[in-house]
Amino acid sequence: MSGWTTHEGLAVGLPLEGVDTDQLIPARFMSTPRAQGYGGFLLHDIRRDAGGALRGDFPLNDSRADGASILVARRNFGGGSSREAAAYALLDAGYRAVVAPSFGDIFQGNAVNNGLLPARVTEAEAEALLAALAAGPVAGAVDIGRGTLRVGEVSVPFTLAPGAAEKLVNGWDDIDLTRHHQDRIGAFRDALKRDRPWLWPGASAWRAGA
Amino acid sequence: MTAPRTLFDKLWDAHVITSSGDKDLLWVDRHFVHEGSHHAFGKIAQRGLPVAEPGLTFGVADHYVPTRHRDRPIPDADIARMVRTLSENTARHGITLFGLDDPRQGIVHVVGPEEGLTLPGTLVLCGDSHTSTHGAFGALGFGIGATEVAHVLATQTVWQARPAPMRIRVEGTLGPGVGAKDVALAWISRLGADGARGHAVEYAGSVVRGFSMEARLTLCNLSIEGGARMGMVAPDETTFAYLRGRPYAPGGDAWDAAVVAWSALPGDADAAFARETVLDGAEIAPIVTWGTSPEDALPITATLPDPARETDPARAARIKAALDYMGLSAGRPLDGTPVDRVFIGSCTNARIEDLRAAAAVLAGRKARVPGLVSPGSSLVKAQAEQEGLDTVFREAGLDWVASGCSMCVGMNGDLLAPGERCASTTNRNFRGRQGPGARTHLVSPVMAAAAAVTGTLTDARPLLQGRGT
Ligand code: SF4
Repeated sequence: MSGWTTHEGLAVGLPLEGVDTDQLIPARFMSTPRAQGYGGFLLHDIRRDAGGALRGDFPLNDSRADGASILVARRNFGGGSSREAAAYALLDAGYRAVVAPSFGDIFQGNAVNNGLLPARVTEAEAEALLAALAAGPVAGAVDIGRGTLRVGEVSVPFTLAPGAAEKLVNGWDDIDLTRHHQDRIGAFRDALKRDRPWLWPGASAWRAGA
Repeated sequence: MTAPRTLFDKLWDAHVITSSGDKDLLWVDRHFVHEGSHHAFGKIAQRGLPVAEPGLTFGVADHYVPTRHRDRPIPDADIARMVRTLSENTARHGITLFGLDDPRQGIVHVVGPEEGLTLPGTLVLCGDSHTSTHGAFGALGFGIGATEVAHVLATQTVWQARPAPMRIRVEGTLGPGVGAKDVALAWISRLGADGARGHAVEYAGSVVRGFSMEARLTLCNLSIEGGARMGMVAPDETTFAYLRGRPYAPGGDAWDAAVVAWSALPGDADAAFARETVLDGAEIAPIVTWGTSPEDALPITATLPDPARETDPARAARIKAALDYMGLSAGRPLDGTPVDRVFIGSCTNARIEDLRAAAAVLAGRKARVPGLVSPGSSLVKAQAEQEGLDTVFREAGLDWVASGCSMCVGMNGDLLAPGERCASTTNRNFRGRQGPGARTHLVSPVMAAAAAVTGTLTDARPLLQGRGT
């Protein structure tokens, strides 16, 4: 994963609260191999009416929103299921940043792990950004280094979860990072196995079955 | 002298290997994988990495498994592939699998405790948000995404920022017909679906102390629906009694050593919590959700909210949208709302105690609407059959099926039709969770049974008169 610091792109408003990960990508699409792309599954069911046609009044269906890469929503975005596919769907649809007053914890971690910025703003700032997007998508920009973002004429600061900025900017992969700590992990494991051997379930299951 | 510590502090501190910036690298004692973990196995395959601790990793087939005709090949090719891929991945890495044909198969958060794999003091992870369930044993349990699952597979560790400890005390006593599900929905409706975000919740108070392990599991399961990173209950005699003799629990001398270690886990009396909320058990009524978030929960005796009476326009709009989706009218009583179907199942409410409670309402009665009862595990199913509960459900007219996630998430094809209204013992009433256009009301097992009997959302308490739960 390559890191990034600044991004300029089209911003679109999704003035909804509680857009959970079941809405971001309904469960039935999750057996699809990622190579096929998850962009078409993004918000699949709430973008469409009962007959399956794209709803004209849904902001992301506005043809002016084509190519949008910054999404602004209301509180509790990405709550619910741990499905990382929710982040895949946003990324594959072209989004680089999601802006909201609060995020589901697991979604937030998944987003950062995939290079998608979950930028937290206050309720009032989110409303100001949504107001700037009320008439349709406008140009926006994000700067992770400065911790600021702009939508049209409105500029606001944002906050990130601990460790997220570093990871987004460097495009770090945790597995490589962690393998540097292999010695400490090994020592921790050995001490645990010595002091609490019963934490290894194989041994006791074997004994129970013996 | 060291500063007084909470249960959470003790658990967390015991798992820190090292720290970097705001994050700690934690040792993982138990890792559960399921069909949905295929992305993560793909990631380690790409790098050619082995699984670091196959002996601490367990596979469970639950999310996609069919609940009917388990003796036949799975007809849907995608679903069959998901189940097969899990078998292949676990076999390749030497991971024990509770697969489709295993008598111990079931929902991951039911199987872990049942097998004695989830122990006090452990850190339990799974690529599933309801991993918070395992905290019922006085453990750290939380859900992770696919990238983190790959990391745990490769290193048996996880990087996490330390959440703040929060306590929810439930004092007094619960009224008859009121249980852990109602307690959970009560606090979530009070604090909001993101109310405990960034926090590790410890449940305490006389009501929680008096809860069985099954009830504690239900309570901790729903922590995530209030936005908490995890939920937990301090281990005590109830915990130890549940674990003793479980297949993977320590035995012999190891059991005694383990109990000594576990007995030191409860928090120090004067340890500080970042936040605290207190509920009075006597004030909690059977609860039903009316909207599309678990925070949209009200006592069954209440009336539906009215957007016209809201001063905040954003909130009014949200209520209106939720009522529209749910096909409900503002201001009407919740009691008496007709349902099309009931579902009794999921990692929230499908343990043996839940099935007994539902059966107590249904015994000798007929369901007015169709419904599905899917036990939390194949062992729960066997036990229920031994107790004759399956006969109660069948004679009432409900379908008694095999164990899996089933209609909680519908990945196996157990779905509601668009517009159908379901009284469901599950954990999420999100739009479309039980199928496109499906309308879900979260309820306890007795409330689901009462909905079956009357064909409406209704107060289970009168139907429980003279019957033990
Ligand atoms: S029963 Fe539902 S909530 Fe529980 S693990 Fe399965 S899908 Fe997740």
